[in-house]
Order: sequence, then structure tokens, then C-alpha cells
Amino acid sequence: MPVRPTTTPLLLAATTLLAAGTLTACGGGSGDDPDTVKISFKQSTDNQIRVMDTYLEDIKKQFEKENPGKKVKLVPIKAPDSEYYTKLQQMLRSPKTAPDLVYEDTFLINSDITSGYLKPLDTYLAKWKDWDQFIGTAKTAAKAADGKTYGVPDGTDTRGLWFSKAIFKKAGLPADWRPKTWDDVLEAARTVKKKVPDVTPLNVYTGKPAGEAATMQGFEMLAYGTGKDPLYDPAAKKWVTGSKGFKDSLKFVETVYKEKLGPDVSDALDPNFATRVRGELLPEGKLAINLDGSWLPQDWGKGAGHEWPEWSQELGLAAMPTQHGQAPGKVSMSGGWTWAIPAKADNPDLAFKFIETMQTKANAKKWYIANSGIAVRKDVAADPTYVKAQPGIKFFTDLVASTYYRPAYPEYPKVSTAIQEAMESVTTGDSSVEDAANGYDEEVDSATDGQVIEK
Amino acid sequence: MTSASPAPSAGPGGVAKTPSPPGPPHSAPPTAGPPGTRSRAPARVRRGLLRALPVSPAVVLLALFLAGPIGYCAYIAFTDLQLTGQAESSFVGLDNFREAFGDERFLNAVWLTLVFTFLSSIIGQNTLGLALATLMQRASKPVRTLTGAIVVTAWVLPEVVAGFLLYAFFRREGTLNAVLDFLHLPSQNWLFTLPILAVSFANVWRGTAFSMLVYSAALNEIPKEITEAAEVDGAGGWRRMWHITLPMIRRSIGTNLMLNTLQTLSVFGLIWVMTRGGPGNDSQTLPLFMYEQAFQKSMIGYGTAVALLLLLVGSLFSVVYMRLLRTEV
Repeated sequence: MPVRPTTTPLLLAATTLLAAGTLTACGGGSGDDPDTVKISFKQSTDNQIRVMDTYLEDIKKQFEKENPGKKVKLVPIKAPDSEYYTKLQQMLRSPKTAPDLVYEDTFLINSDITSGYLKPLDTYLAKWKDWDQFIGTAKTAAKAADGKTYGVPDGTDTRGLWFSKAIFKKAGLPADWRPKTWDDVLEAARTVKKKVPDVTPLNVYTGKPAGEAATMQGFEMLAYGTGKDPLYDPAAKKWVTGSKGFKDSLKFVETVYKEKLGPDVSDALDPNFATRVRGELLPEGKLAINLDGSWLPQDWGKGAGHEWPEWSQELGLAAMPTQHGQAPGKVSMSGGWTWAIPAKADNPDLAFKFIETMQTKANAKKWYIANSGIAVRKDVAADPTYVKAQPGIKFFTDLVASTYYRPAYPEYPKVSTAIQEAMESVTTGDSSVEDAANGYDEEVDSATDGQVIEK
Repeated sequence: MTSASPAPSAGPGGVAKTPSPPGPPHSAPPTAGPPGTRSRAPARVRRGLLRALPVSPAVVLLALFLAGPIGYCAYIAFTDLQLTGQAESSFVGLDNFREAFGDERFLNAVWLTLVFTFLSSIIGQNTLGLALATLMQRASKPVRTLTGAIVVTAWVLPEVVAGFLLYAFFRREGTLNAVLDFLHLPSQNWLFTLPILAVSFANVWRGTAFSMLVYSAALNEIPKEITEAAEVDGAGGWRRMWHITLPMIRRSIGTNLMLNTLQTLSVFGLIWVMTRGGPGNDSQTLPLFMYEQAFQKSMIGYGTAVALLLLLVGSLFSVVYMRLLRTEV
């Protein structure tokens, strides 16, 4: 019996078949067509939410009409945030799968730039007159360490203090509260604690369970009010350690939880606390002051689960002050998404043309209103229809002038975790501010391979 | 390639999930003539090969889809590959493992994994499952059906749903504290004060049904006569359990322990939903630690090395149980 010869072809056949299957699965669309621009974006995992799909379909029609003979192919990726990044990063690796235009989170864009996935846009931007309409800080959102810009932001978010007017009234605090310094914020919280004992005076997200919310809504809103570049020194291209601003920010967190001005520590470290703040504590009037993002009203709209249309009368808004009230007096942090062109894109020119279509003033305004985003264009920000589209939008748009983007370089996720750990240890009282800050310094030093600078 | 799962599922479910691509169309074994009986050694070898032929497609598929990814993972564990933020990765030898053993958070995770496995699987699921199965042998039919239904419901619930249920049970305004308040006992935030105990309990709640089913089957296999004879001889309940039941179902105990342990070692969703590994790192078992390193800090290489170590812990347990099974035969 010729056993051996039979086995080998069989193995070969199986392997070939499998290989063939895999190859066809991968090489779906060849991107060689010079007249088609392929666009990848994040599609909501909730089938009912089609804001972005609808918007892009609309732009696609405009684009195809204005550019006869050119085609737009939308390639949605239906996934939650973290998986979207992973899928996108895989697509960007190969010229076979790289689309011509991608939707990139400012949180990770610098990592993808370092990986060599994206193309610098400076030559395009230099010739594009609308770029002047973008606010200065927003222009830096997708600026890499090499000084080149890799993405065009399509809106942002900002952060500030939300406060309950009813609780403030009971505590004898003004309805048009405008804290000038950190002490003003703490003082208001102390007053609430004394006069209205059964509510939580002030919420500042903290600790690892809160994740990036602790870093961005909590810590960085404080740190960026202590002075210039508290986390990363762009001139030296190094991470900052041993800074006084860092310790002062930790001190603020410690004060909030030590004096019991914040939520019960065990609540603050509950991974689902943010949901409870939006769903229960604020609407039920159990929280006086909340340091949080501009997107909260999304949860209170029609059909959003916690309908609370009266929020705009019941809640007041105040900007987060800088530490001692130093200029510019207020501080905000921003994130958001940008449109970027992959390094391996086949039709980068056409892709940029598509960005230009998306970012005409009219289209940009349409987008901001549709997704309740905060405008990063001066002309839209000043437009009355945009300003009146939603209560609170003017307040948060005005914050864009004093907002900061995170130093979202590749080491950022590790630095962010280190911040959360430092916050958590002062929140629980496990370590002093000094020890927690030292722990952070060591952590950052090892996470960034010693790319640190003492300040 | 970066998303190649760095966590080869240690649970028995992993095998079943292997994708099955279209097999080779002509996989039917060629009909072999009657093997030569006047055989010397080569003929025997030939016959062995011939017999292996029908299973070869399966072996190829297993190699490609199971061994392949595991092999790739093993390779990645020796590199500094990142999810993003790096132009290219390089081979770093044993660095990842050295880092793990020098990292007190890793050692903390190992310790918590052992505590979690010991409490919830070896003590909890196993003992409780046996107790339930024994009691149910004696119970009336309606009681048996009802208990069985309740326990099995906990088992078939998706991990995340079970996680939310138990989160609601343990949280500060949760059911457990409501009951304690009612009894005038002190209540506390269990997820904060005793997180590893809370998640262990959750895992017991969820996984006991499996042990119960295994032991019910095993107990049914014990011939009635033996138990009855012992009863006639005057052996009490505990003695019968110790001298008859346990030795007779020893094999099932070994199998059950092994499956339970492997499943418990890889529990992720339950803990993630309930505590996210916190507060601090007080309930961060190895799978959660691995997830944090690989996907939150995007250090795929390091995370994969941790996953390999988890695999190692799993196989150590397996070896111990295998021994247990073998000595008994």
C-alpha cells in the first residue's frame, strides 16, 4: 500500500485549501481603483444609532456629485472603542487592507503615528484655507512629537463643574456660582456638607476602576490648572516627574476624600460609579457638584433611558478654575476624534478632498449638531443655530479656548494607569501624597524607559 | 497580526470553539487492503500509519488552529511587541518573564489567582456540588427538580449577566446588605472590603451546577446493594460517605476538580464586571492582570508572557489531578 504518497498529498491538499481560504478572506477589496476613496469609520454597536452613517451617506452624495467620476466606498467597522482601535491598526499595517481615510481617536493617534501607520497632512493643510478656522488648541490635537499634523479634528468635548441649583439654594450658595480658585470649590463643598448633610458635596472621579475618567475628568482637570505642561514637556520631549503641580493635584484629591466632601470611598471606587452619577445622583438631587464632561445630557435626552429634560433648569454650569486663579482663570481638557490618512492609502489626494467636503462650514455644523459635539471651528462656534441647538452648548464651546489635549503619546496609557494608582492610594488613605507621587515617578520612569525630566 | 489572542483559553470550552473551515473534500480514507499478516516490523508501522490516515485531517486542523496560535503566542511572549506605538518589535529573550517575576503586581495576581481557585473551585464548587448531589439523591422528586432548575439556571446565565446580578447582590445598597440590615447585623460594602471573597462566592454561585451534575451522575452509578449492605452492617451516614461513596466516585472527583480548576483559572468577565480587579489590585487575578498589560497598556508581548505563565499554572494543576486519577486505578 502506498501509504506515504497518499498522506503527503492529502496534507498538502488540506494546507493549500486552507491557505487559499485564508487568502481570499483577507484580500477582499483591492484598493487599486484610483477613482474610489475608501473610508473606514466606527459604526455604533447599537443598531438604532446611525448618526455617523447618515451623515457620511449625505457627504458621500455631495462628494460624488461635485467630483464626477469619483466614487466613495464606506467601510464601517462595527465595534466598541477598544476593538475598533485593534481592527483599525491591523488594517493599517498592510497596503492591501489600508483604507484611504480613517477615523482616529485623539487618544491613540500618536501611537499610530509612531507605528508609522499615518501620513503627515502638512502639505495639504498649507493649501487649505478652512484650516485657519480651526482653533489653535484643536490644531494640536493630532500634532505628533515630530511637529507634523496627522489629522483633522471633527469636534471635541470639554469638561467643567455641574452643580445642583436646588442644593446650592439650601446651602445658601449663589445660583450663578463662579469659583475662582480650587479653594472656592472646596469651600462650596464644605458649605454643602455643613448645611445639606444628606447629599454628596463634590464628585471627582478617582482610582483605577474609573479608568480614564479618573485621569482626564479628575486628575488632569486639576493638574492643567497648576501650570504649564504638568505631565509632559514638549520642548524636552520628556515626561515630567517630581513636579509640585502633580503633588498639589493629589493633595486636592486627598482633601476631597479625607474631609468626606466626596462620595463614600467605596462608592468612588465602584467601577460603575460614573453610570450612577449620571443616572441616579444628579437627576435625584443627591450630588451638589460634579466635575464631568460636556456629554452628560446625551443620557438625559428623549429615549435615552434616564429622560430628564428639565436638567437645563435644575443644573448650573461653572468652569473649573485654575489652582490660584492664575491666567486664564479656567481650565478644561479635550478629547475627540480626527480624520486621518493612512500611510499606505492608495488615494490620499482624493481622501483629503473628502475631508474638505466634510469640513465646509455647513457640513461641519450639521455634524456637530447631529452628534452633540463641541465645535472646534471658530465660524461654527459663532453660528447662532449651533449655539441654540442644545442648552449648555455655548458654555462648553467657550471652554475650547482654554482647553488642553492629553499628551497622548505611546506611553500615555501606562502613564494614565500610574496616575489612577496614585489617585487611588491617596483616596483610600493608604499612602501620603508624597509617597503616592514618588510611586508615580518611579512608575513613569520605568514605563517610559527613563524619558523623564524633573521639574 | 497584533490581535492574535494572547490568551489561549485554558477552559475545556476552548477546544470546541476552534473554527472549522471547509475540510478537504476527499477526506474519506482510501480503502486499504487487508494488512499483511506475515508482517515484520515495517509492516506494523505501515499498518499504524494507515490507521492514522482517517484522523489526519483532524490533526492538521488542530495543528493549524490550536497549536498554531499557541505556538505564535509562545513566540510573541519572547518579543516586545506592542499593540501600537512602535515601528517594529524585536526579540527580547526572557525579558518579559524576568519582568513578571520582578513585578510585585504580577506576584500579587498569582497569589490572588491561587486564592480564588482554591476558595471558589476546590472548596466551593466541588464540595457544595457534592453536598447538593448527595442531598438530592435523598430528596423527593419535586424538591430535586426545583433545586436542579435553580442551580442550573445560575450555570447557563452568561458570565456578564451573572456578574451584574452578583454585583447587585453585593453592592452597598444591594440585596445582601438589605438582608443583613433586616437581621440587625452590620452591613458593609463587600466588594470594597472583601473583594476576593465576593468574587469567589460569585464563582461558586455560578459554577456549582456543573459539579452537581457530575456528582449526581457519579452517585447514580453506585450500585444500591453496596450502600444497602453497609447500612445493614450498621454504618452511619458519614461512614458510608467516607468509606464507600467517596472511594467509588474518586475518578469523578479527579475529573471534576480538573475541569473546575481550569475553568476557574480563566474566569475574567465575572470579576471584570463586579470589581474590575479592584479596589487597588485586591481582586486582580492573572487573567485581569494580563488584560491590563496587553490591551490597556498595549504591551502585547508582556501580556502574552503572562498568559503563558497562566497556561503553566493550569497544566501544573492538571498534572496533580492526573496523578490523583492514576493512583486510584
